[in-house]
Amino acid sequence: MAETTAKSTWDPSQPMIMLRGVHKSFGALEVLKGISFNVMKGEVVCIIGPSGSGKSTLIRCINALTPIDSGSIKVEGQEVHDPKVDKLALRRKVGMVFQQYNLFPHKTALENVMMAPVLVLKQPKAEVEARARKLIAKVRLEGKEDSYPGELSGGQQQRVAIARSLCMNPDIMLFDEVTAALDPETVKEVLFTIRELAEEGMTCVLVTHEMGFAREVANEIYFTDRGVIVEHGPPATFFTEASDPRTREFLSQIL
Amino acid sequence: MIRSRKAIPGIAAPAATDLAVLLPLDTQRARGPEPMMVSRWLADLPPWTPLALLALIVAWPLTAYAQQYTYGRAFDALYRWIPFIVLHGFLFNVLISFFAMVIGTALGALLGLGQISHSKMIARTSWFITQLFRNSPWLVLLFIVMLAFPFELDIGKTIIPVPDWTKAVFGLSLPIMANIAEIVRGAINSVPTAQWEASEALAFTRRQTLWRIILPQVIKRMIPPWMNWYAILTMATPLCSILGVQEIVNLSRQAIEAENNHPELLVPFYSFILLIFFAYCYPIARWTIRLERRFMVRL
Repeated sequence: MAETTAKSTWDPSQPMIMLRGVHKSFGALEVLKGISFNVMKGEVVCIIGPSGSGKSTLIRCINALTPIDSGSIKVEGQEVHDPKVDKLALRRKVGMVFQQYNLFPHKTALENVMMAPVLVLKQPKAEVEARARKLIAKVRLEGKEDSYPGELSGGQQQRVAIARSLCMNPDIMLFDEVTAALDPETVKEVLFTIRELAEEGMTCVLVTHEMGFAREVANEIYFTDRGVIVEHGPPATFFTEASDPRTREFLSQIL
Repeated sequence: MIRSRKAIPGIAAPAATDLAVLLPLDTQRARGPEPMMVSRWLADLPPWTPLALLALIVAWPLTAYAQQYTYGRAFDALYRWIPFIVLHGFLFNVLISFFAMVIGTALGALLGLGQISHSKMIARTSWFITQLFRNSPWLVLLFIVMLAFPFELDIGKTIIPVPDWTKAVFGLSLPIMANIAEIVRGAINSVPTAQWEASEALAFTRRQTLWRIILPQVIKRMIPPWMNWYAILTMATPLCSILGVQEIVNLSRQAIEAENNHPELLVPFYSFILLIFFAYCYPIARWTIRLERRFMVRL
């Protein structure tokens, strides 16, 4: 019921994700100090910033993995941190990929991809399997369907993880430093997959340290430090015209 | 204890360097309490242990009192009683251990899952029950069950007798339940939280996550400690003899009495009980340790 009303109030001209004054503390440590931004449908947003600046926490708030203390997060017009919200319904719309892949080690690549649609969405197995095989092909892992995660390289595991999220047909994909644990060679494979997704018009929020990649695919780049958004802008201007000293210092260290 | 003559830099004296120093690691000490002590000890015994034991028993008469009733006759008596002791006694012990294990495992699994429940009440209650039965003397638990439970159930007009051994089964299943609960809880907690998060992010419910993601990963790891507890339980079944259950120790005692209570009978009969428990538990322990090694590789 709540879902239908939320759907009726949201139309694609409004932001798909909307954050307003989001605050989050872990004990005495305030990690997010009033974060606000919008993500439109089809937009690719990159969040960059030094370690410990709250990037990961921020992205985890969007699919309610981490509860927030105050403020508002709306996904397709629906308040995420309303205690009455159907978190499972929300997570069906928002896919997430983690830094450590987090594949299920006791299932093959194909089973990993198929599990959630079959068990959560209760879709027929044959249909899901066809889609899962297509997705595995899409992330260029044909032939690895029956491999267990332990038999795959980091980059391959991460691509299975992306396929696993995509198989739920999400409206939004969240990527939490998905290349941070990979070596430079395999980073390319994973970024290639994400770029394809972005080009197909998937709404993406990425936390990343890959500046070159951010410059290439992002519509908007947000720089966070110590729990606030210091600066943001489209990549064309962000890297050259960053005005805040913190941003400049960060960029000078990275680039 | 050991007192070092020289002060240890960084511990008893200022550090000599501010670099990280790798201290020598005493792996024997670092291991901590051993949950599978019984199986490991048992499995480490050489297979000829029963033979050595037997040799000891046979050699016993040489040092023993020279009386008219000889050890030869005592062993004759034992041979005559063996079929009875084994078929009516030991098999009953095995039966008791089997039922107690089934009940203990079922209840323990529930209790273990209860401990990780998000409901504070269920979690606290499960924790309390687990600690209570895990840290109580088994014999005391057995006595309580024996004496607190009725010897017959009155349901309307039908009277169902409750034999002592079923009460013994229940009494023994209580500590097993608590220890299995700890195995289940520990195994579930050993799965990285990232697995919970990943399935949460895929919109799995908590129950689906538990049954489809978490438990399948740890079920194998739970088997060796579970078997360890089975061996412990089997060796604890003679406790029931004190409560009058007709198991191996009780039947042996009766056999000795039937043979006029000659003191020479004690060593052969009780050693035989020891041997038969060893013969039963030793392969289980070896198997347990083998499985443990096999399942450990995956980590």
